[in-house]
Amino acid sequence: MSWINLTALWKIIVFGLIAGAGLPALFAGGLYALSLGPKTARTATAGVDDGDSDVLVGGSVVGMVLAAIAFLVILAAIGWSVYEIYTLGHPAPKK
Amino acid sequence: MSNDTVLVLVVITALAFDFTNGFHDTGNAMATSIATGALPPRVAVAISGVLNFVGAFLSLAVAATIASGLVATGDVTLTVVAAGLAGGIIWNLLTWLFGIPSSSSHALIGGVIGSTMAAAGGSAVLWHGLVSKVVLPAVLSPVIAALVAACGTWLLYRITRSLTEGGRRHGFRIGQIGSACVVSLAHGTNDAQKTMGVITLALIANGTLTAGSNAPVWVIVCCALAISIGTYLGGWRVIRTLGKGLVEIESPQGMAAESASAAVILLSSTFGYSLSTTHVATGSIIGTGLGKKGADVRWSVAGRMATAWVFTLPSAAIVGAISYGIAYGVGGTFGVILVLILLAALSGFIYWRSRATKVDHNNVNSEWTGGVSPDKVPVETAAA
Repeated sequence: MSWINLTALWKIIVFGLIAGAGLPALFAGGLYALSLGPKTARTATAGVDDGDSDVLVGGSVVGMVLAAIAFLVILAAIGWSVYEIYTLGHPAPKK
Repeated sequence: MSNDTVLVLVVITALAFDFTNGFHDTGNAMATSIATGALPPRVAVAISGVLNFVGAFLSLAVAATIASGLVATGDVTLTVVAAGLAGGIIWNLLTWLFGIPSSSSHALIGGVIGSTMAAAGGSAVLWHGLVSKVVLPAVLSPVIAALVAACGTWLLYRITRSLTEGGRRHGFRIGQIGSACVVSLAHGTNDAQKTMGVITLALIANGTLTAGSNAPVWVIVCCALAISIGTYLGGWRVIRTLGKGLVEIESPQGMAAESASAAVILLSSTFGYSLSTTHVATGSIIGTGLGKKGADVRWSVAGRMATAWVFTLPSAAIVGAISYGIAYGVGGTFGVILVLILLAALSGFIYWRSRATKVDHNNVNSEWTGGVSPDKVPVETAAA
């Protein structure tokens, strides 16, 4: 028996980065896609102070579809992880 | 040895611990959402409470570690468990009084180890299990969480750099709520199991269950309830330290921190590591400060926390050992009852002390002025 389970450690780091940094990055990508289009561009060129505008949806159809895909992938990933944890987390009792 | 009166008392004390665990740790999930204004404080704690309840049913891996991986179950009596719980609760309440987000898990584990050592000597502690499943994860998990959160923060700002400031804040507030919910779920999964493990340990000690058993369903339900009620009441003092004291947080950082915490906690629970959600959440918040240019981490606050972390295991162990000494000295059922009366009295005293510098949902977000108690005039900031 070793003091440190290296397999578990690297799994936690790698999957931690994928889920913990990758999924929010995907969400950010979704926000970016959502912001594409004329509406956000107009507020910017009109010289409105950026800090005051909280317009999020740019109006580009492609952008909105891409954003929807990104958000759905994130929800699916969360749902799948919860299911995995449930199945892994109920081991048969030790004899 | 079978003694049902003591068993009932131990179960009640364990649930009381679970309750303190809930309110000590609400901040881990919700502090950043409350600090950035993504959620109103009371809504935040209500959502967190419900998700903690659900999370408690997800996994039993950590409960198994606590029930059979840390102390030799043969040497554990109900008195040992009761004294250990007393150690855990007292340390939890003291750190809450000072607004320090210390680890509830370490308080619990420390308490049980202290009382076991007092009862049966050092050989009854499974040192290998303690180091490999508790101490090392405690050291590594905040570092991993900080790394993940720093990467996440950097990516989020990079990807959304063309968005308007307001649009970004708005979008990430929504994301932050989602990620905070997953952290609450993870907290229920990881932390409620610790109490399940202890109650299982008590049932084994009493002969009600055989060694190596899983937690029975009624134990899971009671623990889920206790932790979710505790969470709902909200440990505003700790929320304040985490949300305002460490780093001034914007919503993208909040989302990065919470996603990192959720991922690390859920992955570790799956491997049966009883790591501290508190350590992970703190690591993430510091990481998110490191990942953004120009963000300041208040290292003095971080240092104070780290000190409390180091002391948590041994201090709770000492309180656990003293409690065992009292119970053993008096002897029998009355000894256990006396310890629990002392525990209740001390808890009441700490609660009374906390009223003097009250932190609640009204002033939780007041400007940080160097301590957990907001200054006398937080009115405008609290209303905002």
